[in-house]
Amino acid sequence: MAAIYSLYIINKSGGLIFYKDYGSAGRMDTNDTLRVASLWHSMHAISQQLSPVLGCAGIELLEADNFDLHCFQSLTGTKFFVVCEPGTLHMENLLKYIYELYTDYVLKNPFYEMEMPIRCELFDINLSQAVQKDRVALLGR
Amino acid sequence: MIGVSKIKQYSNVLDKPLSKGKQEVSLSAFAFLFSELVQYNQTQVDNIAELERSRLEDAGYAVGARCLELLCHREKGNRRETRLLGILSFVHSTVWKVLFGKVADSLEKGTEHEDEYMISEKELLVNRFISIPKDMGTFNCGAFVAGIVRGVLDNAGFPAVVTAHFVPMEGQQRPRTTILIKFAEEVLRREARVG
Repeated sequence: MAAIYSLYIINKSGGLIFYKDYGSAGRMDTNDTLRVASLWHSMHAISQQLSPVLGCAGIELLEADNFDLHCFQSLTGTKFFVVCEPGTLHMENLLKYIYELYTDYVLKNPFYEMEMPIRCELFDINLSQAVQKDRVALLGR
Repeated sequence: MIGVSKIKQYSNVLDKPLSKGKQEVSLSAFAFLFSELVQYNQTQVDNIAELERSRLEDAGYAVGARCLELLCHREKGNRRETRLLGILSFVHSTVWKVLFGKVADSLEKGTEHEDEYMISEKELLVNRFISIPKDMGTFNCGAFVAGIVRGVLDNAGFPAVVTAHFVPMEGQQRPRTTILIKFAEEVLRREARVG
């Protein structure tokens, strides 16, 4: 079962609001994570303009030698992307599920300010349950 | 044509029979509305205790008062509860069933004081999506539910002080919620008289 290295959530303006790493392979210090987030935000926007196909919504999958990067953008511009081992399956479903968790435990929390870093206990708890290896396999129904 | 109204079935809305109403309400809609209630009141008060006590509880009190009237008519055929255990089991079963879709997890009598009773719930419906930040201490949005219970008890003739508390459970990540009901002196005296 292939593994997830890290998960990023970035807000409409490209600021990192949530970062979680799983395993030492993808680990980065805070400054680097912020750089990666704003870098990805810009690349995503540029790719929409560069695309030869009309109606492009941005990069969904980036495949490299050592990792894959799957990205999901919600209708409001919030981007969820996950860095994982090459060939990991069901990442799109996982990202959609994480989006559901976000709408439930972050957006319905009265103490969360929009576009600010996510500090919600319930979101963390449910996220770790979702990312456990056997759960990811179940998402590919 | 603008201004032409539909012919109403009843000329006076007070003549219409009380409907059972829609049994299901969207949980998300309620969650967002409740979240907005908490956020709005946060801007109106100076400290957390005031938010919990005077704002959330009072909002719940209004709900409880109306709930009592409605449920007495619908569920109990306009019979009035006069005994302590009667009103407590009414709150624990009927009110909880109508408001939250299930009866409360447990109803217990306090061991230390005669006038204390506790209704416990693994997780209150209103708290389902809420994570309290660390710097807010013991604040519990369940104060809204405590207000509902106080509204029901007060208007039924059983004045009490009702509060909501988190009770950490060993072996569980999330603490349980307990609604603590402390009845007024007169209630206990009356209860003792009635026997």
